[in-house]
Amino acid sequence: MRKEAGRRGMGLWVAALAVYAFLYLPLLIVVIYSFNDSRLNAEWVGFTWHWYDVLLHDEDMLAAAGNSLLIALTSSLMTTILGTMAGIAMHRYRLKALTFMVMTPVAMPEILLGVSLLLFFIQILNLTLGMVSIILAHITFSIGFVAIVVRTSLAGMDESIFEAARDCGASPWRTFRHITFPLILPSVVAGGLMAFTLSIDDFVITFFTAGVGVSTLPLRIYSMIKIAVTPEVNAVSTLLMLLTLALIVLASRIAPSVLRFKT
Amino acid sequence: MALLEIKNVTRRFGDFAAVDNVSLSIEAGEFFTLLGPSGCGKTTILRMIAGFYLPDSGQILLDGKDLADTPPEKRPVRTVFQSYALFPHMTVAQNIAFPLKMARCAPQDIQKRTRETLEQVRLADKAEHYPNELSGGQQQRVALGRALVSHPRLLLLDEPLAALDAKLREEMQLELISLQREVGVTFVFVTHAQDEALALSHRIAVMNRGRVEQVDEPSKLYGFPQSRFVADFIGHINMMDAQVIEAAHGHTRLAIPGLGEITAPPVAGVTAGGLASGAKGAFAIRPEQVRIGIHGEAAELKNHFPGEVRNLLYRGDVTVYKVHLANGLMVEALLPNSAPGRAEIFEVGDTVSIGWRHDAGVFLHA
Ligand SMILES: Nc1ncnc2c1ncn2[C@@H]1O[C@H](COP(=O)(O)OP(=O)(O)OP(=O)(O)O)[C@@H](O)[C@H]1O
Ligand SMILES: [Mg+2]
Repeated sequence: MRKEAGRRGMGLWVAALAVYAFLYLPLLIVVIYSFNDSRLNAEWVGFTWHWYDVLLHDEDMLAAAGNSLLIALTSSLMTTILGTMAGIAMHRYRLKALTFMVMTPVAMPEILLGVSLLLFFIQILNLTLGMVSIILAHITFSIGFVAIVVRTSLAGMDESIFEAARDCGASPWRTFRHITFPLILPSVVAGGLMAFTLSIDDFVITFFTAGVGVSTLPLRIYSMIKIAVTPEVNAVSTLLMLLTLALIVLASRIAPSVLRFKT
Repeated sequence: MALLEIKNVTRRFGDFAAVDNVSLSIEAGEFFTLLGPSGCGKTTILRMIAGFYLPDSGQILLDGKDLADTPPEKRPVRTVFQSYALFPHMTVAQNIAFPLKMARCAPQDIQKRTRETLEQVRLADKAEHYPNELSGGQQQRVALGRALVSHPRLLLLDEPLAALDAKLREEMQLELISLQREVGVTFVFVTHAQDEALALSHRIAVMNRGRVEQVDEPSKLYGFPQSRFVADFIGHINMMDAQVIEAAHGHTRLAIPGLGEITAPPVAGVTAGGLASGAKGAFAIRPEQVRIGIHGEAAELKNHFPGEVRNLLYRGDVTVYKVHLANGLMVEALLPNSAPGRAEIFEVGDTVSIGWRHDAGVFLHA
């Protein structure tokens, strides 16, 4: 009996290891080859920081990184504010339609969202594509994530706390400032960090809404790959990976429940 | 003038009247209890006093002033919620200071009164703890402290002891009584436990299905219930169908079908000849008012009948006998076991005589 269970446990471990290997080996290889002293990704030659040096002197790449950061900062800030408001509204009014409208962009295929935003910006708003259109697009698709996180944290709270605040003499605004906001703050911050990572590595929607003048990090990497995959791509990917990881760790520290959601 | 006046208040949820034309008047300094079974509208009344619900009709007056246009935060009323509703991100001291902060008191004032209140609810050593680090009883006291710190005119308590275990609950009951006496704040207390209501209150309003059945002092409520519901809800009582033969000034004569005639005390609120003979209702008498004896003791009483012991329940301090009477009624009698060996006196199957004094029990008009 025990032996049986033990053997099955073993099988599960092997399966799990295989899955994790499949997920993480490619990432690991990207990281390792960013230190490869060769122009090609084919074979390991020796250790070098060279490609990171190249990266730091690549004007286009730096400009793209700057754009990405600016877009991610601006859009995640806006998303955090709007998404928090949406989350609170979804919790308070429990309107099915509201939830539906906020959540749809989360579930919508990115390509569809990209195309429709493109058409909307050009044909309806008559907007010149560029930073503004990218930021607007990023806000659109990440609002729902912040809203869910905020709403979930509110749903887990005892409603009478907010009534108790009113009872103690706090107006609705002061109830929000002293009670509601401090209580949802971890979720708001975690949602904001999530919006930031979603924005910084988005490709599809950015591709449709960027126009010709502006490039972001993912777009730049893509156009480099079209020519040749040099270890510079590995280097920039490694840095991006580090940034994303750091943000995920930060988000999970601030609100452990966040990691239970799909991103 | 009463501190709180509730005048013909009705509150509906859809078609259902959760509170149905209720009028109450609560005096300053009172410990007033709303008692009733689950769903009778107690919480709904409290929430209307606190301002979380508005009455559909009727008025709520505090110090003679209609509260209809006053939002919860402007009412000099505090609530102790059943779930305590402490702010989890604030320490005990911050929780207690919150109402003072909202009232924009001076910082040194806030500090002084918070410290006083912490002493009052015996939590001075827990001031810097967070609510989730406290026991149920301690959380309860934080909630009380937070509600009392700004000296409200009225304190509303919604089943504050329901979540505590029996021993702690008794302790908190005593604490509530002394706290109320100490601070002199008017308490409106909600419970569905009749023993708790009897032990704590100056006056009790017994509610049933959104209506108030009777408002009285605990002893009056227990001794002179005015309806079958109240008689039944508070303590144990023997209830038998009865018909008035004569309702005179000093006494009432009743006919109990299958049993005979009994003499009962005058019916409350009925002047001589005010109650027609033939009026139907019920005669109700408490088990501890029923005497039980082999032949002698009970037979000396004006109302006495033979019966047979069918059941007995030894409870230590008392023994409860269930006696079967000639007309098929089962009457409960309660005898204290103060004399040694008292519990052994009657056995199941014994033929006994039960009786009660002519001034015991009440006639309840149908
Ligand atoms: N928000 C609401 N919507 C619909 N019906 C409600 C609402 N609040 C209360 N009720 C109904 O009104 C009635 C009275 O409710 P209330 O909460 O006042 O009862 P209660 O006396 O406090 O009972 P309990 O002892 O169980 O707390 C119940 O039948 C309840 O179902
Ligand atoms: Mg209730």
